[in-house]
Amino acid sequence: MPLIKIRDLHFYRGDKAIFEGVNIDIHRGKITAIMGPSGTGKTTLLRLIGGQLRPDKGTIEVDGQDVHKLSHSELYELRKRMGMLFQSGALLTDINVFENVAFPIREHTQLPESMIRNLVLMKLQAVGLRCARDMMPSELSGGMARRVALARAMTLDPMMIMYDEPFTGQDPISMGTLVNLIHKMNEAMRLTSIIVSHDVVETAEIADFIYLLSGGKVIEKGSSVQLKKSSSQWVQQFMQGLPDGPVPFHYPGVSFSDDLLSPEEIV
Amino acid sequence: MIETIRSLGRWGLNTFERLGRAHIFLFQVLTGIPGLAFRGSLVVQQLFYVGVLSFALILVSGLFVGMVLGLQGYNTLVDFGAEESLGVLVSLSLVRELGPVVAALLFAGRAGSALTAEIGLMKSTEQLSGMEMMAVDPIRRVISPRFLAGFISMPLLAAIFSAVGIFGGFLVGHGLLGVDDGAFWSQMQVKTDWYGDVLNGVIKSVVFGFVVTWIALFEGYDAIPTSEGVGRATTRTVVHSAFAILGLDFVLTALMFGD
Amino acid sequence: MIQNKSTEITVGMFVAAGLVALFVLAMKVSNFTEFNDDAGYQVIAEFENIGGLKVRSPVTMAGVRVGRVSSISLSPETYEAQVTLSIYADFDNIPTDTAASIYTAGLLGEQYIGLEVGAEDEFLQDGDVIDLTQPALVLEKMISQFLFSKAEGDD
Repeated sequence: MPLIKIRDLHFYRGDKAIFEGVNIDIHRGKITAIMGPSGTGKTTLLRLIGGQLRPDKGTIEVDGQDVHKLSHSELYELRKRMGMLFQSGALLTDINVFENVAFPIREHTQLPESMIRNLVLMKLQAVGLRCARDMMPSELSGGMARRVALARAMTLDPMMIMYDEPFTGQDPISMGTLVNLIHKMNEAMRLTSIIVSHDVVETAEIADFIYLLSGGKVIEKGSSVQLKKSSSQWVQQFMQGLPDGPVPFHYPGVSFSDDLLSPEEIV
Repeated sequence: MIETIRSLGRWGLNTFERLGRAHIFLFQVLTGIPGLAFRGSLVVQQLFYVGVLSFALILVSGLFVGMVLGLQGYNTLVDFGAEESLGVLVSLSLVRELGPVVAALLFAGRAGSALTAEIGLMKSTEQLSGMEMMAVDPIRRVISPRFLAGFISMPLLAAIFSAVGIFGGFLVGHGLLGVDDGAFWSQMQVKTDWYGDVLNGVIKSVVFGFVVTWIALFEGYDAIPTSEGVGRATTRTVVHSAFAILGLDFVLTALMFGD
Repeated sequence: MIQNKSTEITVGMFVAAGLVALFVLAMKVSNFTEFNDDAGYQVIAEFENIGGLKVRSPVTMAGVRVGRVSSISLSPETYEAQVTLSIYADFDNIPTDTAASIYTAGLLGEQYIGLEVGAEDEFLQDGDVIDLTQPALVLEKMISQFLFSKAEGDD
């Protein structure tokens, strides 16, 4: 049985449809990637899974529980077992790295200070930032902030972690570090990972299974090898990053020559 | 014409919706307050940011307002040969009106805008959202302590403002203008009523503290999470707080002193 | 978290400053100190006219403050003003035939009650009534009286 089961998901923002009948299964212990062009609502999907947004139709089950039928306290219990890595890191800016990682422990447990220290140092060691523990979030680079956020997401030993665009805007070295970390964490802690991304190469490298979303629907699914062989032109364009194809380079509208010749906007 | 009516209607609906959200928000904030009994350090920390950091501003402003009252009051009273009543004039103006109102206006500008900007930025950097995903309720963890701190600070700040202002009035009246100090204090004490004047002033400042903190926190929490949105929310906090303070002051004064 | 201690100290000082300010407003600025006279006793005096007398107006004896007006009402039988005076507990030796009059402090000042000591050996107790009273002087009445007497004298 999959850890997360999304069935017939519909979500609208105003009149605009974000999802129209999406079905996704996320299997335990695997890295599942959800990819698609910008603006297809990938982050929205994570917020729906985390219960921060409510779908207009359809269900999302996490570990057998329907997320949107839970009471406030049940939802918060479930969230303790979910980790989420925000694009910005979402570190608390008024406390240092150590306190950021210690934050969930302090909020949810009554552990003695010495044990908190051990736990935090362990998690920071895992992401290689043990010696940066006294720095403030504003002093960290983007990649370091994400690693701290990763350490924080793991402090309560969750069953799953959701990564929101973990590779965007990273230099090659920190990108490589993150790819490596996500892969190793997943294996070492038997986590289930969901990666939302449009960085095809890095994501395809570590994902066990990939869903391609566009226009509110699942366009294609399969392993990275399967997707690269896909017959769909759209999938080929996306996976190889071609500038023109089924998704046109030009925003749709009247042709350039017509626009030049039309006198309407000449003042 | 129809378009004007339509935009008016839309504005009305939006305003009502926002008011509704503000009340739900207030309810959630208030339900988080009992839990703070076990998290005293959170409130202490916010008392520092909200109260202590406004202290210097309140102190200096109070002193100057009192000194101006002393000067102006003396010039008017001396024409009637009633300069002995300077103490009464200074104390009643401060305790009933200027203390609560000016302190609340300064509080909205100093602490209110800072609260809005802080909460708005926490929202735009996904810190609130991040807490939610860590199963920490941001309203209880972040908003409620700030609300309680604002609610406690405001009456204290208003009392400090009044006390310092009266001292400032005394400095000018006695030190500069030579009003008899015995008459200054004794007349003041006879004419300033503890229940009617001082306590009503304290009640005013409690109400203002509640409203200003509520507005500031709601504007931050409801801000559009962009730099422009947070900037606008901060401006709105100061403007709406000023309206609320002055409007409520009229209502409260009419209830308390308008027999 | 590191500056936790200094934060707590400054917050403590701030709260203390606020409370001190309230205390000053109570003790030094307002008449709060007068309210701990619960130990005093109440006597009633009926006046034909109280003029501008108000609740909390002073009650004096030989110019010394001995109490305050605690309530004013209209007697349904006599249609006179019924004024309750709260006398401080220290002044427990006021004779029963003491007279109460309403005076004005200065030309435009406040009105207050002055007590003139009688000669009885018994003293006023809680709930007693002062029989000898003199109403407030109302300016219009005085003027009309003056004019009447003037007119009569001319005859």
